[in-house]
Amino acid sequence: MAGSNKTNPTTALRTGITPPRWLLAELTYACPLQCPYCSNPIDYAKYQSELDTEDWKRVLTQARKMGAVQLGFSGGEPLTRKDLPELVKHARGLGYYSNLITSGYGLTEEKIIQLKEAGLDHIQVSIQASSQELNDHIAGTESFQHKKEVAHLVKKHGYPMVLCVVIHRENIHQMPQILEMAEELGADYLELANTQYYGWAHANRDLLLPTKEQFEQAEQIAQAFKEKVAGKMKIYYVVPDFHEDRPKACMNGWGTTFLTIAPDGVALPCHSARELPGLDCPNVKDYSIEQIWNESKAFNFFRGYEWMKEPCSSCDEKEKDFGGCRCQAYLLTGDMYAADPVCSKSPNHPVIQEAIDSARASALSDNEKPLIFRNSKNSRLLS
Amino acid sequence: MSINPDQTIKFSPMHRLQWEEVQQKDVILYPEGMVELNQSSAEILKMCDGTRKLDQIIADLEQKFAMTGLVNDITAFLEVALKNGWIQQN
Ligand code: SF4
Ligand code: SF4
Repeated sequence: MAGSNKTNPTTALRTGITPPRWLLAELTYACPLQCPYCSNPIDYAKYQSELDTEDWKRVLTQARKMGAVQLGFSGGEPLTRKDLPELVKHARGLGYYSNLITSGYGLTEEKIIQLKEAGLDHIQVSIQASSQELNDHIAGTESFQHKKEVAHLVKKHGYPMVLCVVIHRENIHQMPQILEMAEELGADYLELANTQYYGWAHANRDLLLPTKEQFEQAEQIAQAFKEKVAGKMKIYYVVPDFHEDRPKACMNGWGTTFLTIAPDGVALPCHSARELPGLDCPNVKDYSIEQIWNESKAFNFFRGYEWMKEPCSSCDEKEKDFGGCRCQAYLLTGDMYAADPVCSKSPNHPVIQEAIDSARASALSDNEKPLIFRNSKNSRLLS
Repeated sequence: MSINPDQTIKFSPMHRLQWEEVQQKDVILYPEGMVELNQSSAEILKMCDGTRKLDQIIADLEQKFAMTGLVNDITAFLEVALKNGWIQQN
């Protein structure tokens, strides 16, 4: 286990464990797109097996019983699963509020109607940029026109329309056009998600990380627009933590709120947790959700504050940010118990500035290396 | 934004109001979010079924809970609800 001699927290059921509220069901790693910031693990191609319909139904039932209510069907591209309408129907029957997180690829009007009848509550369509050329380049697939059509159809059939745009150096200059596009498409919610640097985004960071000036300018534009459309469109702005001096309160605290199930049935406290060593994340084929949530080593690993090291363990802000993101600490310092290096109190904080400088140098260089697209070939090559 | 007394009030079709057994609470669900309601807020929202106007909602709630003088509290809450998009008029 990297850089630590801590013993594992007890696996006994402890008081003070809160029930899960959000369930992210990653139905598959299959995806026709190739986004270079994809949050799926780099080595996803080696996880070939997928849970079957009955497994997923059991997972949904068990998690709902414990209190999960917000449900995201994600992936990969969840539309590649033939049993999606059946799972949606099962979820609706249990009382979930369910969301389809999709690239829009393969979504027809017929399917939109079928999913509505099955009880789907909303659809979140991701668009990569505000122009066809850039969208299709980033997605690694021709998809722009179809995505816009899908957005119209989602609205037409009475779903709240959630548009999601992941922001990075290749598209951040399009912020004004992205906002215009969202308004034109009639989005009810717009998620402007600054890239979080895990998975594929970590591998492509030199090419994706914008400069501080770019961030600030884009944020100003987005904030002004937020006021303009108040009452009509709700904007979720996911902050880019590389330019902050305190980390985000990751997952609202480990094992407190969020539960992710990967395509092969591995239960994860956060969708990047697969990258952490030695967690032994349990599989829903072997254990019930209740056992996993309450008793598994993985879900208890970073619960509470006992696992912390200095400067976090004696810090008076630890209840605010829980020491930040464990995956980011591990990716950037090699020690998953360390303070998130975004924090200016972390002795590793300079790695953040190094990353920013390295990205700037890459942007200014004449022969910038190309983006690594997310596909099975690259996955096998890199893992 | 304020409540128009001449129009009926209905709960937004873009949100869902639901009882949560584990939390023993009514909640409002919407994309990426959830609001937990206390009992009185939930009772007010349940009256917003598209058939009642403001004065009927007040009268029905006062009768249901055998209370009077709820006008200000109910109106204030409904204004918040309207601003948040939980309810709609016309
Ligand atoms: S981020 Fe892009 S490549 Fe990854 S699952 Fe989503 S649509 Fe597919
Ligand atoms: S030292 Fe740790 S707990 Fe304190 S603010 Fe920084 S990351 Fe948070």
